[in-house]
Amino acid sequence: MSIRIIGYTTARILSQLRHDRRSMGLLIGAPVLMLTLLYFMFEDNDTLLDQVLLIMMGIFPFLLMFLITSIAMLRERTSGTLERLFTTPVGKLDLLFSYGIAFGVAATVQASVASAVAYWLLGLDTAGSGWYVVMIAVGNALLGVGLGLLCSAFAQTEFQAVQFLPVVVLPQILLCGLFVPRAAMAGWLEGLSTALPLSHGVEALQEVGAHEDPTGVMWRGFLIIIGAVVLALLLAASTLRRRTA
Amino acid sequence: MDSAIEIRELTVVRGRRTVLHGISASVPRGAITGLLGPSGSGKTTLIRTIVGVQIVRSGTVTVLGLPAGSVELRRRIGYFTQSPSVYADMTVRENVRYFASLYGMGAKEADQIITDVGLAEQSRQVVRTLSGGQHSRASLACALVTQPELLVLDEPTVGQDPVLREELWQRFRALAQGGVTLLISSHIMDEANRCDGLILIRDGAILAEGSPKAITSRAGTDDLDQAFLRLVQEQSESTEAVDKEVV
Repeated sequence: MSIRIIGYTTARILSQLRHDRRSMGLLIGAPVLMLTLLYFMFEDNDTLLDQVLLIMMGIFPFLLMFLITSIAMLRERTSGTLERLFTTPVGKLDLLFSYGIAFGVAATVQASVASAVAYWLLGLDTAGSGWYVVMIAVGNALLGVGLGLLCSAFAQTEFQAVQFLPVVVLPQILLCGLFVPRAAMAGWLEGLSTALPLSHGVEALQEVGAHEDPTGVMWRGFLIIIGAVVLALLLAASTLRRRTA
Repeated sequence: MDSAIEIRELTVVRGRRTVLHGISASVPRGAITGLLGPSGSGKTTLIRTIVGVQIVRSGTVTVLGLPAGSVELRRRIGYFTQSPSVYADMTVRENVRYFASLYGMGAKEADQIITDVGLAEQSRQVVRTLSGGQHSRASLACALVTQPELLVLDEPTVGQDPVLREELWQRFRALAQGGVTLLISSHIMDEANRCDGLILIRDGAILAEGSPKAITSRAGTDDLDQAFLRLVQEQSESTEAVDKEVV
């Protein structure tokens, strides 16, 4: 791995994002729009609204980053630039970490805007600090990046890549505690839920909602997310082939 | 060590098709070697093997004294892919500067190369909006900017106008005179005369190897197109003869 190469590659990916204004607009605007929608849906029930907004702060970054990362990586593959990069000093981990960092930056902007809107316009109220919410949201976004990079290795076309969304992302959303509290799930479902990383990101957010100071459970949830990100990146590196048939 | 690339009994299978049938060839240093053959003859597969991105069934390929695909080689080889592989959503300048940066080259070198390939005016234009020929030149600039010891170019002059093609060949010649080894694939026989040495390939087998002059005189003609056709005929006659013997 080379810090210099990661730096330049990260800058390159960010400049690609910068050129694509429409995608950036959707990336930042879509979560704000959805949060606003939720606000009007649960207008009459403040407690429920706070809970749902908080969980959504974890789900949106994850969902959107998964989508754009898997497509971006696939484009790198289908445009021939991936093969070209593999004849240059760029290493597999250099490339994957660059994607992680670049999209991490984008995710930070996204999470900050979404949090600002949620706290100041939609009246989100949490016992703990909003900075922790942003931090965990960025962690969840990175989880989307890691899984997106990994899944793009198994897709040959953009058409296939989006099909991974219902397979990889949807179960995590269904089982993260949004629809049914995790404690109320059947034993095997709760086990499955515990095995899925997003559940821990959501749990960490709920801890921020309920406690004034960061709790051990919150840190545990956050660290599990970061661990899952690193694991996904390493797996992605091992599925990325320099030589192909 | 006088050859830049040494290919020994290389066999490559892609899917169910054997693309290269145990071929051997060598490419001398500091010269322009043309890799010529019709579409589908295995040129790109051979090139991918040399730059180290092709899975090989058997045989060896040695590049600048190291096995093809060695980590160290990645700093020493420049590769131009047949379909231009640059980032279509970035400007010409951003693309060339990015590839330059991977080799520790700066913005100055990048801008110089952009001028050299005739894209100075389009430098701030997003690649997607360029014409086909310009797009391909942007990709070529990304290969040239790395100042490699070995340049592997897969059909670099396709879609370029005659004036520009002439300029590119002059540039390749200047690079070779400066000690750079160039391997250039083409399916245009007309370009073969500009090379120091030729490797003619057809159906994944080497048809002939040598200087343009040696090849034409071997085929008993002074036209390379004719020579290629005669060599093909010769080859198919000899395989038929072998087939008959087997029967």
